This record gives sequence, structure tokens and C-alpha cells, in this order.
Amino acid sequence: MAGSKEIRTKIKSVENTRKITKAMEMVAASKMRKAQDRMRAARPYAEKIRNVAAHMSHAEPEYKHPFLIKRSDVKNVGVIVITSDKGLCGGLNTNVLRISVNQMQEWSKSNLGVKVCTIGNKGSSFMSRVNADVKSSLVGLGDAPHIDKLIGPVKIMLDAYVAGEIDQLYIAYNRFINTMKQEPILEQLLPLSGEKLGAPQGQWDYIYEPDAQPIIDDLMVRYIESLIYQAVAENMASEQSARMVAMKAASDNAKTVINDLKLVYNKARQAAITKEISEIVGGAAAVSG
Amino acid sequence: MATTIKIDVVSAEESIFSGEATFIVAPAIMGEVGIYPRHTPMLTSIKPGALRITVADSDEEQLIFVSGGILEVQPGLVTVLADTAIRGHDLDEAKALEAKRIAEETLKSNASEVNYALAQTELAEAIAQLQAISKLRKKVH
Repeated sequence: MAGSKEIRTKIKSVENTRKITKAMEMVAASKMRKAQDRMRAARPYAEKIRNVAAHMSHAEPEYKHPFLIKRSDVKNVGVIVITSDKGLCGGLNTNVLRISVNQMQEWSKSNLGVKVCTIGNKGSSFMSRVNADVKSSLVGLGDAPHIDKLIGPVKIMLDAYVAGEIDQLYIAYNRFINTMKQEPILEQLLPLSGEKLGAPQGQWDYIYEPDAQPIIDDLMVRYIESLIYQAVAENMASEQSARMVAMKAASDNAKTVINDLKLVYNKARQAAITKEISEIVGGAAAVSG
Repeated sequence: MATTIKIDVVSAEESIFSGEATFIVAPAIMGEVGIYPRHTPMLTSIKPGALRITVADSDEEQLIFVSGGILEVQPGLVTVLADTAIRGHDLDEAKALEAKRIAEETLKSNASEVNYALAQTELAEAIAQLQAISKLRKKVH
């Protein structure tokens, strides 16, 4: 029975792989539901803060926040790249990194400086490998994103924007469409376009305590942070569903490989038995004959 | 005539409370403010503390602890944009430094500065929580 032991070992190892991918698929499925809930839970805040920001941007014409002012001369751009911390989620990170790098190359061609902020392990290691100018990064986000952790890396980019070190800020992440589909996109965050904020309802102004300016500043920073948080939450939901799909495909493939190997193994076994019988029959015939 | 006011307490991570109230007390930056229905439009920052909401159609008083944020008042609607994180210039700065540090991959950071800011905000949070608890206790007894 030549080779049958090797085939058996091979089957065993593929079965073990399948057990792992199956387990990862189930873990991802349960995490995906939670990640989607979190993504939805973040929406009311973003809506509310947008309403208030929309009102204030119209109610306070004397003070225009730097985030709302469009700069005519763009020399440097910043980009926030959101990726997952862990791999094994199909082409998710590759897709978002590809569109970021393509865009970055185009910017470099038109002599724009590019500064990068990375969120997630994969982006962080990729960007340092391609020698991008990484200004800040965040790794080890865990399963639940916390705005607490995002404040630091985002602040560096916002400060750079206010200080004029960058004139535009973009964000790249995977938009969650449904479990089977995630779309990598690159969006402009700053300067905020007026239509994105929408028009206010009615003509009236607030009483500001203590003063309008610091509240507007606070509000704008929170608004941007909530947009980024939303992107991170979407990316996480995308990550879990992409992982689930990838692991399901891996489990199915393992199953096919196991079936093929079993067929080969059984054929080899059958051949060995046939050979043995014919040898016995042949031997017996020789003795009796 | 409206005798109740709608209140929404939302944070970036979840919606915390939503309902009708007859009276609201919020820890604004310039001192506590009480809000009755048909209050004039107002916008202010709030500091860490307890939000007291007298829920309509019941004598129940809801206590919600917030770590700061922004309070928006319109005649029929109060929106509290609550922070989930304790904010402060020092702390935000410390977090930014931390992010920079990871980016630069330097092994040692100026830990003392970071810890000081962290301890300060932890203290602020603890005090605010204690106040909220003592208010709750008073109500029970």
C-alpha cells in the first residue's frame, strides 16, 4: 500500500485546517452582528451633531471655523487610512490600501506632499514599508472601537490642518454595503463642504455660554471625530463580514480537497487489495496446478 | 401648550436616553442649568457630572452620568451630545503624543506627563461619579 499513509496524514492535516477555518467563520459571524449594531448605534449622534453644526455654520457669519474654509492653494494633503488589525479577511485591506496608494501616487505626481495617519495594524505596517510620511498611528483597536482611542491620532491631523501643514484631509476605509459586499472608498473630510452640512431650519440664533467661538471649535472637532468613528465602525463591520465570507470559502475549499484526497486514498486501497487477492489466487493456482 | 420637552441624550457610540421630560438639570460649564419646556435656544458645553431628568408622566427622576459634551436647547427639544471620553486639553494632547509615539516607534515615551494628565481626568471623573451617587442616595433616603 504505497503512499496510503502519506495520504492519510494529508487528509488529517486538511481536516484540522478546516476545523480552524470553520471556527473562525462562526466567530466572525457572531462578531459581525455586534459590529453592525455598533455601526447603527453611532448614527443618531452623527445626525444630531450635523444638525447643530449646520445651524451654527449659518447662524454665526462673523466667525468661520477653519474646517469650513476652502483653501485655494493646496500644497499638502493628509489621508487617514483605516484598516483592520488582523488579517485573514480576504482582500479587504489590500483593496483599501490599493486605492490609497494609487491616490497618493497621483498626488506625488502633481507635487503635493502627502501625510498619513494609519488606524489599524495592517495599514501601519504597510505604510511604513512603502516609506510613507506617517504622522500618527493607532494599533490594537480591539473588537469595539472607542472614540477615546481615536482622539489622539485624529488630533494630530486636525492640528496639522489648522496649522496649515495640510490643506485637505481625506479618509480611506471600507464602506459596509452588506455582508457579501464591502466597498473601499476614499472621501474628503476637510474642508467640510457646505452641502454636506445642509441648510438650517428657520432663522434664529442660540444663546452661547460662555462664548460662541469655543463651542463651535469643540463642535467641529467632535463632528469630524464622529465621522471618523463612523468610518472605523463601518470598517470593522466590513472586516468581520469579509472574514466570515473568506473563512466560509476556505472551509468549502478544504472540504473539496478532503473529498479528492479520500477518493485517491480509496482507489489506492482498492488497488492494493485487488493486487493481494490476485497474488493469492495466482499462488494457489500454481500449488494446485 | 407644551408642558413637556423632548430630550435626547446621545453619545458617539450609542443612544443613551430619549424621551419626554418636564424638567432637566444639566451641569453646564458655567454652572448647573435648569431647563423647563419652551426654554430659549441655547448652546453650551457641559462638564463631567450628572444629568437629572424629570421624566414626564411619572415622578421618576432619571440620573445620567456624562463625561462632558455639548448641550443644545431648543424650545421643544433638548439634545445632549455626550462625550464617552473625558476630554481636556492636556489629555487630548497626551493622546496625540501617544499616537505620534507609536508612529515614530520610539520605545520610551515621556510617561510621567501622560500619567499626570490621565490621573487628573480620572480624578475628575471619580469626583463627578461620587457626586452623582450621593445625589442618588439622598433621593432614596
